[in-house]
Amino acid sequence: MEALILTIIATSIPLLLAAIGELIAEKSGVLNLGVEGMMLSGAVGALGAVLWLENPYYGIVAGALSGIIIASIFSVFTINFMTNQVATGLGLTIFATGLTGLAGAPLVGKTIPSLPKIEIFLLSDIPVIGNILFKQDFVAYLSIAIIIFISFFLKYSKPGIILRAVGDDHESAHSVGYPVKKIRWYATCFGGMCAGIGGAYIPLVLTPHWSEGMTAGRGWIALALVVFASWIPWRIIVGALIFGGITIAQLVGQARGWPIPSQLLSMMPYLATIIALTMISGRLSKNNSVIPSSLGKPFFGSQ
Amino acid sequence: MITFIPRDKVSKNWIIIAPILSIFFTIFFGLLIFTFLGYNPLETLYQIFVSPFSRIDRISDILVKACPLIIIGTGLMLCFKSNVWNIGAEGQFIMGALLAGFIALSFPNIETKFFLLITIFAGFVGGALWAFIPAILKTKLNVNEILVSLMLVYVAMLFIDFIVRGPLRDPMSFGFPLSKPYPEGALINKIPFPGIGFLGQLHYGILLVVLLIPVSWIFVNKTLGGFKINVLGSAPQAAKFAGFKQHSITITVLLLSGGLAGVAGVIEVSANIGQLQPEVSFGYGFTAIIVAFLGRLSPIGILFAGIIIATVKLGADNAQMTMGIPKVVTGLFEGILLFFLLTGETLQKYKIKWSEGKK
Repeated sequence: MEALILTIIATSIPLLLAAIGELIAEKSGVLNLGVEGMMLSGAVGALGAVLWLENPYYGIVAGALSGIIIASIFSVFTINFMTNQVATGLGLTIFATGLTGLAGAPLVGKTIPSLPKIEIFLLSDIPVIGNILFKQDFVAYLSIAIIIFISFFLKYSKPGIILRAVGDDHESAHSVGYPVKKIRWYATCFGGMCAGIGGAYIPLVLTPHWSEGMTAGRGWIALALVVFASWIPWRIIVGALIFGGITIAQLVGQARGWPIPSQLLSMMPYLATIIALTMISGRLSKNNSVIPSSLGKPFFGSQ
Repeated sequence: MITFIPRDKVSKNWIIIAPILSIFFTIFFGLLIFTFLGYNPLETLYQIFVSPFSRIDRISDILVKACPLIIIGTGLMLCFKSNVWNIGAEGQFIMGALLAGFIALSFPNIETKFFLLITIFAGFVGGALWAFIPAILKTKLNVNEILVSLMLVYVAMLFIDFIVRGPLRDPMSFGFPLSKPYPEGALINKIPFPGIGFLGQLHYGILLVVLLIPVSWIFVNKTLGGFKINVLGSAPQAAKFAGFKQHSITITVLLLSGGLAGVAGVIEVSANIGQLQPEVSFGYGFTAIIVAFLGRLSPIGILFAGIIIATVKLGADNAQMTMGIPKVVTGLFEGILLFFLLTGETLQKYKIKWSEGKK
C-alpha cells in the first residue's frame, strides 16, 4: 500500500509541475499549448546532462534550462511577433518532438542513475506518513514549495496581482504603465522552467532512459489539469494525484491480470481527462470569472 | 527596438512572399541545428529536399504521401478558418480506417469496386463520429475542443491496437497483430500507365484529391456555408449580428473535417496496406495541421503545401536510411516552418518600424 502511494505521488509530480507552470503563463494571458514539447525537451536535456556530468542534480538544472529555452521560442513568436498562440503552441510541440528525437538519438539505450531520496531529520521517522511525505526526492519537495509559493504570490504579492491584471485586461494594465509584454515573457519562461523540470523528472525518477515521445501526452493532461483546477494552484495537487492514481491503477490492473484488455485500461487517463474537463467546463461556463479574460489574445500595444 | 504599425489593408505581396520566405528561413535554421548537433548539413539538405525528386517513381511516391495530407488538410482548413481547433485528425483518421475496415472484412468475397463507395462512406462516418464527441461537448458544455480531440487520438490508437490484436485478428497471421487481408472490392489499385506500367505506388485514390480541391474551393469561395465559415473566423462579432448559428457551424466543420480525415484513413489502408494493423496513420493527422497552415487555409495552397510537406517526409525517410537521422526530424522543420508562416501572417497586417534607442 505504501509503495503504491509512493508510485502515485511520483507519477503525479511531472503533471503537477507542468500544470503549475502553465497556470502562471495562463494567468498572465498566455495560452501555451507547447507544454508537451517543453516537457520532452526537459527530459532529453536532463538525460544528456546526467550522462555527461554523472550527477542527477544537474539533470534538474538542465531540464529547467531546456524548458526555458523552448519557452523563449514561444515567447518571441507569440509575444513579440504576435502570432496566434494556439497554432504556435502546436508548432512548439511538433518542433520539440523533432528536436528531442534528433538530440535523443545518441542517448538511446543508456541508463541514468535515479534522483536520491532525501530524509528529513526526525520527521521521516513518523510511522506511515514519514515514509510517504518526508522521504521524497528534491523535486518532490520543490514542487510542493512552488505550489505554496505561487498560491501566496498570486493572492498577496504585488507582482502577483500585476500578473493577474495583465492576464485579465491587458489594455488597462498597459494604460496604467505595466510592461505587458515583459511580464508575459517572464510568466511564459517560468512555465517553461516548470514544464522542463517536470519533464526531467520522468527520466530522473520514473523511467531512466530515453525513448522518443516519452512524455506520452502528460503535457496535454497538464493543460487539462489547469482547467480542472479552475486556475487555483492547490487544486492542481488534487488533480495531479487523481491522474497519478488513475495511471497507476491501470498499470496495477495490467500487472494483476484484470479481465479487461490492457489497451482499454491504458485509455483510462485520457478518458478521465475528457470526463474531468466535461464536468468542470459546465460549471465554468456558468461562472467564468476565474478564467483570465485576456487568455490567448495577442497584445498589440507598443512598449 | 522593433515596433509594429497596423497596415491600412492586408498586404497582397506578403500573402505570396511570406510562405516563400518562411521556407527559406526554415531551411536556414534547420541547417544551423543540424550543424550544431554534428550532422553534415549539406548532405542532410540533399537527402531531405533533393533526393525525393531523384527518380520518377520517387516523385510519384510524393503524390501518394501527399494524398492523405491534402485530404485531411482540406478538412482542417474548414475548422481553422472558423476558429475551431480540431487537432485530433489523427484519431479521426484511425477511426475512419477502422470502421471501413470492419465493413470490408465483413464481406470477404466481394469483388466489385463499387464496394469502395461503401467503405469510403463508412470511413467518413467513422471519422465524423469521432469528431462529433468534441463537437457536442464544445457546443453543449463549452468543453475545450483542443484537449478533447487530442485525448481522443490516444484513445483511438489504443482502440485500433485492441481491435487488431483481439476481435479482428486473423487467426492465420502467425501471431502478428494483423487483420485478414481486405477483399478485392475494398482495395484501391495502382494506376497502370500505358507503356510505362506502374509509377511507384501511384494509385487511384489520387483521383479523390483531384475532385476534392475544386469542390472545396467552390464551397469556401462560392457558397453561403463557406461565407459563414469565413465570417465566423475573421469577424466573430459580425457573424453574431448576422445571426449565424455559431454552434451549428462548429458542429458542421468538425464533422466535415473528421469525415475527411476518416476518408483519408480508408484510402491509405485500402491503397497501401490492404489490411488493418496497429499502426495505420504514421502521424498524417498531425502533419496535416502544418499543411493547412502552409497552404494559407486555401484549397489550392493546401494542394501545394501537401506536396511540399510530403517531399520533406520522404526526404526524411531517405535521410534515416542513408544517414541514420531519426525520422521525427521532420517535426523540427514543420515546427519552424509554422512559426515563420504565422509571423508572416502578422506582417500581412502590420508594418515593421525600426526605432532607435528607447529601451
